[in-house]
Amino acid sequence: MAILTSRLGPLDLQNPVLAASGTFGAGREGSVFVNLDELGGIIVKSMTVTPWKGKPTPRMCETPSGMLNAIGIQNKGVDRFISEDLPWLLKQGATVFASIAGNTVDEFVRVADKLRTGGRGIAAVEVNISCPNLEDRNNMFSHSPAATAAVVGKVKAALKRVPIFPKLSPNVTSLSKIAEAALNGGADGLSLVNTVFGMAIDVETRRPKLAGVVGGLSGPAIHPIAVRAVHEIHSNFPHVPIIGQGGIAGAEDALQLILAGASAVAVGTMNFVDPSACRTVAEGIASYMDRHHVTDVAELVGALKIEG
Amino acid sequence: MTMLLASGEVLSHKKYGEHYHSLTIVTPDIGERVRPGQFVSIRCGENRASILRRPFSVYRVHKRGGWASTIEIVFDIRGPGTTHLSQLRGHSIVDLIGPSGRGFVLPKRRAHCLLVGGGIGAAPLFFLADELRNEGHRVDVILGARNSGLLLGAIEARRLASVCRTTTEDGSMGDTGRVTDVLSDTIRRCETEVVYACGPHPMLAAVSRICLEQKVPIQVAVEELMACGYGVCMTCVMPLRRPPKRDESPEDAVVYARSCTEGPVFNGAQIVWNGAADLVAVDQGELTPAGAPTRHGGIEDPSDEHAPPGN
Repeated sequence: MAILTSRLGPLDLQNPVLAASGTFGAGREGSVFVNLDELGGIIVKSMTVTPWKGKPTPRMCETPSGMLNAIGIQNKGVDRFISEDLPWLLKQGATVFASIAGNTVDEFVRVADKLRTGGRGIAAVEVNISCPNLEDRNNMFSHSPAATAAVVGKVKAALKRVPIFPKLSPNVTSLSKIAEAALNGGADGLSLVNTVFGMAIDVETRRPKLAGVVGGLSGPAIHPIAVRAVHEIHSNFPHVPIIGQGGIAGAEDALQLILAGASAVAVGTMNFVDPSACRTVAEGIASYMDRHHVTDVAELVGALKIEG
Repeated sequence: MTMLLASGEVLSHKKYGEHYHSLTIVTPDIGERVRPGQFVSIRCGENRASILRRPFSVYRVHKRGGWASTIEIVFDIRGPGTTHLSQLRGHSIVDLIGPSGRGFVLPKRRAHCLLVGGGIGAAPLFFLADELRNEGHRVDVILGARNSGLLLGAIEARRLASVCRTTTEDGSMGDTGRVTDVLSDTIRRCETEVVYACGPHPMLAAVSRICLEQKVPIQVAVEELMACGYGVCMTCVMPLRRPPKRDESPEDAVVYARSCTEGPVFNGAQIVWNGAADLVAVDQGELTPAGAPTRHGGIEDPSDEHAPPGN
């Protein structure tokens, strides 16, 4: 029987399948369907230094093989995460990845500071840099090497020994340049990828289907984009631990990301469809390993074969 | 009242009136638990082209008889999800999550209840009417739609209600106009003490406004677009007004509540209806729960199918 324990940089995970940020809340709702200690980990919904209300509705529309969302990181703030969610999650035996967001470097740092002092028990922090940067005409941090390096550097300094995984946006000309900036800033690993920019229009009313006009595309539609991104970054930075995410609907999708170079994967949109999707994906990976006589997930990481 | 991930077997699929379909599903674990106004989210096939579940309010529950604990949903074909459901036949297996959300609150003492439904949004009101009548409450009904073909359950409503009024915008059945044209008059004549409504947003907004003026409590089941239906995606939120805390502006006292979890039944007087104005502009097809007050069950146009209550 395959052993699913996985090494993600400095972290030991009981299996390589995490729940992606924003698709599993802080675990309470999903825990009705699946025991949280069965998951490789939960990357909780992004938190900000003060509560964010989020965007007006409609916030979502289904698109071919996926969905668009513009939710605006509605969350109750880091203080309530620390007081209400984290103790509960740890009691469930969950491996907790916090996810932090902000509109200025200082906002990121303030969340990170609060987690350093109040976030005992957190395994790692994902840095959601797909946020508009108020100090740079609302360009996303993740679209600029300089802004990426600035946020990552300051967050790493604030969090010290807690591993950080900046989550990169695929909507860039050179993902490797952004990755390099994040790594120079002190990233312990990378999360690849966040949603892909998209837009949909209701032709009857001629209005955008999202109140936020543009949104993030997720679901099976973006899986090949994620595989390409993981392949590119793993090829250029082979020792960097990667959390591969984007459009995983089943074990085969997860295995593609692992073969491309991801040490762990995160299931996102599919959690909306099946709250036990992470468990199903992990089981599918185990049966693949049995079928291929692989005993350790690490043997599969980056095991892509390219001729020539 | 916890939700379950369950499978169900289709007992029957039939056309329901001119426009609608009805699916009766044997799913005892959900059938025994579900309350009026709650919904189920159904996976519409394994096809990855259209992955999200569609929410449907429960139209009827059959707790007794040879097929105990079946639930019945009604829907219209709006997109790929509801097209798939319309092709199911007896013995097909469906994958459901439910019972979901908070349903209607029934009166604690005998009361005159008025149920107001718009089109397929009337779906959850029939389950509600059964429960209200079982508890000895008086049930009056107003049903409205664009035309007689889109009225849901007009004959049944006549049978179960003390007073039943129908309105159609084209005058093809009942009074010409909208439910709101006869609402005040009905409240007065029936001495209504509580109103329950489900239907399209503009209708729920107008009904809530009239009930506020008439000082009658109003519970609405909303049909909002949902990706998950169990509380994690934050797409189905409704703006609700709560009492401002000290030093808080009225604007800050508006919170976004999840229709799938805190709803789909809300106090109509608490909803910031103009805040939801953008919602009305986009036809959200299939992703709103049927039978939940907002949308109907058979969400099929992908952007249209994902709201729960009405259908």
